[in-house]
Amino acid sequence: MHAAVIVFPGSNCDRDLVVALERAGARVSKVWHKDTALPEGIDLIAIPGGFSFGDYLRCGAIAANSPICKSVVAHAGKGGYVLGVCNGFQVLTETGLLPGALLRNAGLKYICKTVELRVETNDSAYTSGYDTGDIINIPIAHHDGNYFVDEDTHTRLRDERRVAFTYVDNPNGSIGDIAGVLSQNRRVLGMMPHPERMAEPAHGGTDGAGLFSGLIGALTHA
Amino acid sequence: MKARVHIMLKNGVLDPQGEAVRHALGSLDFKGVNGVRQGKVIELDLAETDAAKAEKTVTDMCEKLLANTVIESYRVELI
Repeated sequence: MHAAVIVFPGSNCDRDLVVALERAGARVSKVWHKDTALPEGIDLIAIPGGFSFGDYLRCGAIAANSPICKSVVAHAGKGGYVLGVCNGFQVLTETGLLPGALLRNAGLKYICKTVELRVETNDSAYTSGYDTGDIINIPIAHHDGNYFVDEDTHTRLRDERRVAFTYVDNPNGSIGDIAGVLSQNRRVLGMMPHPERMAEPAHGGTDGAGLFSGLIGALTHA
Repeated sequence: MKARVHIMLKNGVLDPQGEAVRHALGSLDFKGVNGVRQGKVIELDLAETDAAKAEKTVTDMCEKLLANTVIESYRVELI
């Protein structure tokens, strides 16, 4: 299983994501945003958290229009797997690979704390390591994590069981308590919480490790 | 030719920053402010001299980058 972690100027969770993927058994290459092509045979693209391009214009907007993102969109178009965490989720909504947008937190404050998430569906490679209904503790660290979609899209996301995670106690005003959403083919996941920051005992918990082990298990046997 | 792009959150999209400004105005004793919406203005200095072409190009820029039409509306003004 070969994964690529995309690095933008201002990404700051790229190394954490590389370590989490490697410890779950993946071979990982870092790819710079100015590259136009991905290494051969990539199974998964992961877009890390951080503040790509200083969050200028809108979070993720400049990154979504960088050279490498054309390859990311093409990879997803061919049915490839793409994971976006935090700023990575913002980038994925800006590319249009996932619906909606991330607005400023309803309370206006940057929030950095561990929150409880409910696994809303285990019907995806990303959530196959959990049971539907599991409550897991995962850190959040964001200023713009208030997920917004119009009512029709929200209904469709629920009907198609594309909400992967919800907040037990909504910290940021996200519609429907949504913390993570899947694409229609369930191969693109965007989530604001950071599973890579809760992936080994030294982090204070391992609830995030199930995402990486489940994902890599599913992709290795696919 | 210069263009000015006005970008606002769409109606129905909560604007927590605008709300915070409204509360701050209330605490300064400015009465009767029923709502505040905060947006942004982007000014572009263009080489194009044809107004119709400039407007079309700037509209294209808004759709591709300057605005996120999921949450924002925009208005192009040539100046």
